[in-house]
Amino acid sequence: MKIKPIEILSHIILILGVLLMVLPIWFSFATSTHDNVSIMTEGMKFFLGESFSQNYNEVLNEKGGWSEEVTAARMFMNSFIMALGIATLKVVISAMSAYALVYFRFKLAVPIFWLIFITLLVPLEVRIFPSYKIVSDLGLTNTYTGLILPLVASATATFFFRQFYKTIPDELLESAKLDGANSWRFFIDFLLPLSKTMLAAMFIFMFVYGYSQYLWPLIMTTDEKYWTVVMGMKIIFTENYEGVALPRTGERFAYIILSMLPPVLVVVILQRWFIKGLIQTEK
Amino acid sequence: MSFLELQNITKIYPNGTKAVNETSLNIDNGEFVVFVGPSGCGKSTLLRMIAGLEDITSGEISLDGNIINNIDPSERDVAMVFQNYALYPHMSVFNNMSYGLKNRGISKDEINNKVNDVAKLLEIDQLLTRKPSMLSGGQRQRVAMGRAIVRNPKIFLFDEPLSNLDAKLRNQMRLEIKKLQRQMGVTSIFVTHDQTEAMTLGDRIVVINNGVVEQVGTPKEIYSKPNTKFVAEFIGSPQMNLFQCKIENGLAKISDMQINLNNSLNIQDACIGVRPDDILISDQGEYSSSANLVEYLGSDMIIYSSVGGQEFSCKLSSKINLKAGDNFKFNISPSALHVFDNNSGQRV
Repeated sequence: MKIKPIEILSHIILILGVLLMVLPIWFSFATSTHDNVSIMTEGMKFFLGESFSQNYNEVLNEKGGWSEEVTAARMFMNSFIMALGIATLKVVISAMSAYALVYFRFKLAVPIFWLIFITLLVPLEVRIFPSYKIVSDLGLTNTYTGLILPLVASATATFFFRQFYKTIPDELLESAKLDGANSWRFFIDFLLPLSKTMLAAMFIFMFVYGYSQYLWPLIMTTDEKYWTVVMGMKIIFTENYEGVALPRTGERFAYIILSMLPPVLVVVILQRWFIKGLIQTEK
Repeated sequence: MSFLELQNITKIYPNGTKAVNETSLNIDNGEFVVFVGPSGCGKSTLLRMIAGLEDITSGEISLDGNIINNIDPSERDVAMVFQNYALYPHMSVFNNMSYGLKNRGISKDEINNKVNDVAKLLEIDQLLTRKPSMLSGGQRQRVAMGRAIVRNPKIFLFDEPLSNLDAKLRNQMRLEIKKLQRQMGVTSIFVTHDQTEAMTLGDRIVVINNGVVEQVGTPKEIYSKPNTKFVAEFIGSPQMNLFQCKIENGLAKISDMQINLNNSLNIQDACIGVRPDDILISDQGEYSSSANLVEYLGSDMIIYSSVGGQEFSCKLSSKINLKAGDNFKFNISPSALHVFDNNSGQRV
């Protein structure tokens, strides 16, 4: 088979793109396996070093923070709980509210939808004071509930679910009605299975959104037990930075590499489901 | 008391459109009734009101002695086959057919038996594990039928189920639906805009126009004695020829052509109808005209001609040798004539 020049060119562009994405991560990983002295003297590394187990062990188990109580493992767990809670609730609530908006044809459905939609213009950062006030008045600071609950409403997901439900033909609902399905059964037996792809996609987006929250957990938590990974990135392994000791660059890179794993796992696992749904168009 | 009774059923949509107007109808147990009419005439709305998918503005529907106006569609014990089949895309054929039974709380073994029996009857027992997306049009149609049959409902409702099939398959399925209905003896209502389907399927036909029932009768009655001008034009292919005329003392005058009706009618603004196959061409014919266009259909041919500016067509055996531009003579027997009053649209 002959290879056309245009194919070589496009491959070069694609390979460059891949390198652009992968190299920084590889550098971080390679650097994270060296000891701090050689990083300090020689800079970022391209080849693997010998301190892999030592650095990663320290990252996961060393107690840090001001009170020296929180470990990175704990922060990973916190972030995971927060992201999981936000993603699950966001998907469930959005799917249900879209269901109400599309199928229960109450009078104010359209204005309510637009009301939900314009909340897109008011991100959390804009309403951070009122949100904080409410949560703290409810006594929810330093709780998982407080971390998760204010973030579970999603205009984006509601919008996507609404658009998807609108493409489902009315006859399906009517036929299901004649088959004795009530509104709850129609949601469970029809809409959810039909929107599998959508659910997976939304879950991925919302998990990453929840995982990468920075400002909200920073304000919400004073107790180190509730710190999340993204907050920790700023705080952990910096305590000696201004002192005489070496900066702990190796551990910090190890921490960054580890913090990338949960979202990557979620994407990799759900992606299969997502792509399967895209291939078998069932409508 | 009939099995299904519609009394003065009216449907007015929120935007003010009157889809069905004061319709009353009785349907007997085991009967196959066809609702036929042009699109937008309200026939589907009527069907959907019987199914419970559409609210009834006024009037009463009773099924098997019970008034069902306010009964939930799921409890009316009716099954419907939709135009696009509305198969559940994410469920296998088996689950499609068993879903309604499962919701009724029927035991697993019984569901298995019923679904398998119906699948055999419809020859879809090889397809039970497939998803609808893997089926052909005809197979989907069968599954949709199976889903309705397996529930053993009091009444079957068909909403133009054949219109998505190609011509050959349509004829085949039409026969099959007819056979199945005979075999099972379930009361059925079939909605269509295709008059061939209506004529071949129905024990009785209900012709609907603008939300009003124009005529109810057996296919033969409807064809040979249309009550109104609308029915006359709608049923029969090619269409019945209608001549605008003035009738004086039983003599219809269509420009310079005169037809003796053998009666003593006097109507200023009338219309007489002749089916294209009731125009008999013969050399001894009373009237003459010339063929403007000839359509050859194999065994038959259709000749388009005109009399005094009014076009008409006649259908005759293609053995007769006649080309466009030829003159021909024809006869119309008075017994084949249909006379309508133009003001009321009613048969005289």
